[in-house]
Amino acid sequence: MAPAYEPWNADRGAEIIAEHARLEGATLVILHALQEVFGYVPEPAIPMIAQALNLSRAEIHGVFTFYHDFRHEPAGRHVLKLCRAEACQAAGGDALAARAEAKLGIALGNTTADDRVTLEPIYCLGLCATAPSAMLDGRVVGRLDEARIDALVAEAQR
Amino acid sequence: MKMRIFVPRDAGAIAVGADDVVAALEQAAEKRGLPITVVRTGSRGLYWLEPMVEVETVEGRVAYGPVSPADVPSLFDAIANNGPHALRLGIADEIPWLKRQTRLTFARCGVVDPRSVEDYRAHDGYKGLERALTLTSDAILADVTTSGLRGRGGAGFPTGIKWKTVAQASADRKYIVCNADEGDSGTFADRMIMEGDPFVVIEGMTIAGITVGATKGYIYIRSEYPHAVEAMNAAIAAARRASFLGDRICGSAHNFDLEVRVGAGAYVCGEETSLLESLEGRRGIVRAKPPLPAHKGLFGKPTVINNVLSFAAIPFILAGGAKAYADFGMGRSRGTMPIQLAGNIKYGGLFEIAFGITLGELIDDVGGGTFTGRPVRAVQVGGPLGAYFPRELFDTPFDYESFAARDGLIGHGGIVVFDDSVDMAKQARFAMEFCAVESCGKCTPCRIGSTRGVETIDKIRAGERVEENIAVIEDLCNTMKFGSLCALGGFTPYPVSSALKHFREDFAPVPTRQQAAE
Repeated sequence: MAPAYEPWNADRGAEIIAEHARLEGATLVILHALQEVFGYVPEPAIPMIAQALNLSRAEIHGVFTFYHDFRHEPAGRHVLKLCRAEACQAAGGDALAARAEAKLGIALGNTTADDRVTLEPIYCLGLCATAPSAMLDGRVVGRLDEARIDALVAEAQR
Repeated sequence: MKMRIFVPRDAGAIAVGADDVVAALEQAAEKRGLPITVVRTGSRGLYWLEPMVEVETVEGRVAYGPVSPADVPSLFDAIANNGPHALRLGIADEIPWLKRQTRLTFARCGVVDPRSVEDYRAHDGYKGLERALTLTSDAILADVTTSGLRGRGGAGFPTGIKWKTVAQASADRKYIVCNADEGDSGTFADRMIMEGDPFVVIEGMTIAGITVGATKGYIYIRSEYPHAVEAMNAAIAAARRASFLGDRICGSAHNFDLEVRVGAGAYVCGEETSLLESLEGRRGIVRAKPPLPAHKGLFGKPTVINNVLSFAAIPFILAGGAKAYADFGMGRSRGTMPIQLAGNIKYGGLFEIAFGITLGELIDDVGGGTFTGRPVRAVQVGGPLGAYFPRELFDTPFDYESFAARDGLIGHGGIVVFDDSVDMAKQARFAMEFCAVESCGKCTPCRIGSTRGVETIDKIRAGERVEENIAVIEDLCNTMKFGSLCALGGFTPYPVSSALKHFREDFAPVPTRQQAAE
């Protein structure tokens, strides 16, 4: 199931920020909460977080851009993450990643032109004894082979 | 009475279909009018047998695996007649791969319901905390020191000394931080224990809190582990309801509470000072040490920061097991290590055993060699920053010092097996590339060195002045090893140098390599 996100709304954004602003070291918590609701962290939210936490806008921008997880724009309708770390490499992950790229016609780190699928590398899902592994919209899949990766790609394209 | 059937809710089991098996079990039971209760446990760690289903009988739990939804009808026939089945593995506890282990930290994982405090207590849970509450801080520290426990995150620093430093520091506030940013490929023990026995982590952290005088703890879990986040949050809520967290825990004078924080995909945040920065809501930039986190840690306050497995080892030790724990192991590596067998391996999973077992026993005997059936060529021990070892080094005992003596490290106990199709120059390049992507950028050897490393290995692979460029790599590795601020830049040379040392032939230009292979 693809997650449903709300369109950006400043009032809703302010509400989410206010909900977490009193926590110790709240920046990451707020960024995660915004992304969970909107699917990415909209640019106008950055100065709002800064104001709520009494920090500079540059500081929040710095945090936002440091971490791989935070999105600057919405992802495709489905997000397929393929583990590209050593244990999955050892179990044939390179060939499967190439196969997924070819099927989708995009390289890892990109979204298909129809905005259906975002294909991303991930560095370890902790499923190293059932490698190679992947995650489709939060659902984990292990022991990938050609048939399984084809099925995952097809599911993501639906 | 309803028949109890146990199926893991461990992410590794779910990834290979455990949820579908549960749905099939419930459907088949309803169709047959057979009342069953499905208990979702953690995994026993025998991943080639997942999804593993266990059925409660008078003789004990009978295991079947790997079960697919299509196997469920025939499984029910076998259960009803107590008859044979192709997937029947016998009594779970008697499975040789499990029986060979010494499960101290993972004793309950795969056995208990990770959502239930009652089940945890019924399996000796909270005995360590109950005893700790009757002891002075010094007496608890003496137990931790006696056990010989060293930090299981990889650095191997004596836990007793770390705790004592924080206990002796005076401050208005202190913190306990659990490092659950298990980013090393080939490791999954933290994930398994958080999903399968989260209360043991909570109990260990609570004991740390009452020992050093901290009332607040954080568990920093990587975002790639959503199942672990959910399991820890559920367990924390359950522990609070049962007065094992919160004010006046278990009716004592101690207050201690926990909060889960989720990382955001930065590998470097597994480094303790970077993790603290991240917890404070900043970029995960490594801090220079000193000051040590024990003196100035989270929000500048004295902080115990330990790996998940270190905290998870504590309840056994405090439940009167300090001496027993120390009796396992070799040299200065005391106790047991939950070793993770991963990658291209036949019998992959979690194998907890006393330090001292050799690498060869782990790979060939326990692990059964490769999954592909081809010869093992290289194993990487200790994650992306660990060395690649060839078969010639398989006599190395699993112990901090023995690995260090051979220019390797045990790290967090992960072993990734590669067969003979591996290209070691490519693996060396990956190590540098990974460091370049994940470097926090604070120190030059790591930030610049890793990028130059990628470029230089590319030149070597292209056959450009190979010997000269290998000398450049060796020099670069030396600079990174001794000039970096933390283990990311400091240990990236391990996989690179070991690949060069043990698999030099892979660094020859491609045509030469092909000729050599012919």
